[in-house]
Amino acid sequence: MSDPITRPVVGTPRESVDPAAVEEKREGTLPRGLDRLGERKRARLEQLAQATADKGGVSLVRDAFRRLRRNPTAIVGASIVALFILVAIFAPLLAPHDPAQRFDELTKNLTVDNIPGASSEFPLGSDPLGRDFLSRMIHGSRQTLFVGVLATLIGLALGVLIGAIAGAFGGWVDNILMRFTDVMLALPALLLAISLVAMASRSSQWTVILAVAIVNVPIFARLLRGSMLAQRESDHVLAARALGVKQGSIVLRHMLPNAMTAVIVQATLTLSTAILEAASLSFLGLGDPDINRAEWGLMLGVDGQRYFEVRPELAYYPAVAIIVVALGFTLLGEGMREAIDPKSRR
Amino acid sequence: MLRVIVRRLLQLVVTLIGLSALVFVWLRNLPGGPIEALLGERATPERRALLVKALGYDQPILVQYAKFMQRLLTGDFGNSIRSGDPVTEVIGRAFPATIELAAAAMIIAIGLGVPLGYLAARHRGRLLDNLSIAGTLLGISIPIFFLGYLLKDVFTQNMHWFPPSGRISTGVDNTDVTGFFVLDGLLTREFDAAGDALWHLILPALTLATIPLAVIVRITRASVLDVLNEDFVRTAEAKGLRHKTIRGRHILRNALLPVVTTIGLQTGALLSGAVLTERVYNWGGLGTLIYNSISGGRDYPVLQALILLAALVFVVVNLLVDLSYAFIDPRVRVR
Repeated sequence: MSDPITRPVVGTPRESVDPAAVEEKREGTLPRGLDRLGERKRARLEQLAQATADKGGVSLVRDAFRRLRRNPTAIVGASIVALFILVAIFAPLLAPHDPAQRFDELTKNLTVDNIPGASSEFPLGSDPLGRDFLSRMIHGSRQTLFVGVLATLIGLALGVLIGAIAGAFGGWVDNILMRFTDVMLALPALLLAISLVAMASRSSQWTVILAVAIVNVPIFARLLRGSMLAQRESDHVLAARALGVKQGSIVLRHMLPNAMTAVIVQATLTLSTAILEAASLSFLGLGDPDINRAEWGLMLGVDGQRYFEVRPELAYYPAVAIIVVALGFTLLGEGMREAIDPKSRR
Repeated sequence: MLRVIVRRLLQLVVTLIGLSALVFVWLRNLPGGPIEALLGERATPERRALLVKALGYDQPILVQYAKFMQRLLTGDFGNSIRSGDPVTEVIGRAFPATIELAAAAMIIAIGLGVPLGYLAARHRGRLLDNLSIAGTLLGISIPIFFLGYLLKDVFTQNMHWFPPSGRISTGVDNTDVTGFFVLDGLLTREFDAAGDALWHLILPALTLATIPLAVIVRITRASVLDVLNEDFVRTAEAKGLRHKTIRGRHILRNALLPVVTTIGLQTGALLSGAVLTERVYNWGGLGTLIYNSISGGRDYPVLQALILLAALVFVVVNLLVDLSYAFIDPRVRVR
């Protein structure tokens, strides 16, 4: 391995070896005598080194990030997500009105079968309670992001805890924890969420967040456990063990970080399903009962549904917003997956 | 093979026992407990004490669990709080409606999904492929209840192509044999009833099929792409086999395993989706039952039975899917 001739030159930048030049050199040296044989060999080795150069030297994350930047779907996804987060952060500055305020101009024309449409003062018209719909849409991005992110993070944290324990210990601990996730996975997602919401005496924003989070726990747990188990037998863990690194340290510093990439990709994809699941719960009347809260899922699932015949825009705007944001997270997640595992690219 | 079946069956039993324990714990932790749920506003201390005794809640928890399991295994789920009818009867009435809807959705999803996925893989990078990728991404990003309202609005309100809701038109005289309206119509030769039921079925089935369809297209496409690069496909092409033979025997048969797994897993999505779709189209199946037993005052006996039933269906379908591998892929039989 330490033979200087057979050892590939690791980390050679791509630009330093021009493949055409190497090819030319090789062609040129072919007919000459034995003396040139060494040169030919070296040229071929350089070619080989160049072929393997990408793999060495660059960390997986940096390598993946480079691929991510070149992937158009990932860029579209990331742009949507970035825009969404920006709108959420600057919602109070962007919204023309207070989302909870009922305006007399709007309420005076408001009846069950007539909800005022767009005007210069209120570009998207009124909501069923005479509030500015545009402001509610803009503020809705905040609540939607909040619900999606929190549900995903809680699910991620619990799932990682279970998965890491199962993957680190193996044996009967793993067996019990995995049977537990089997039970949770045996229930269709929405039904599990419904049963969890039913446990609360009154539904609130938190019951929705927790229900959606818990639905995702077994998925994260299984994923992490799988990739941790795969690493138990891998060379770098064996090396760490041989060096006498403590078991806890191996799990936390060697296995967990390497196993997290798949989980982080899944978390990005989960952000999209979490928002959709929260909307479904709202639609079933199990959402947040706070009428002042502006959240897209709530707006679509409650008012959008109730007034679909009267003013379908009340459903269209939040629906389109949800679809675009869900699409954004999905594209970004898929892009991340492709970047980390180029084989999965299709 | 027999060993695999036995092991899978054991796993299934363990999962279901675990689930029943979870449901047992769940019932006991409901807000106010099942006593309050049963009594509702009629609760007085005397009634409460009576019911506690009648339900055996004064006994040790393990004894309670044993009794709970005994009732489950004998199929005694108690009576619905809403209607007072036995839970088995309530569920039995709604069951065929959902199965009919889910089966129709699955037929659409598989019938369109597999060919579309295959074609997309074959036309990789071209218009059809890109369109199908865009379609699948949209399919998994759209809230299906919204899609349901949209389809309903376009095809019933504007175009009057399909009826807006329900399973059959009022006035159509259908004979109830199996509870599956389309099948009943065919069995009793009441073809007008069968046609009418089918007509009602199309939009809800399309709505429910969206997510499974999107997922099946994606998996089929990825799986076919994997197989297309295999040596045996090239060999088959080099041998000059007919296109049809290569497609059926060499590509699709080898690409089918992941697709079949996905189809099994999508039954879960169908059950979830049915809750939403049935509400949009007023379908009157299990989904409607779930909705009613949550929203119109919580009907815990029904809900508990529905949870167990849904899990049972899902687990059994996936067991069957696993076992079907042996028929699709002879190599599995040897292992």
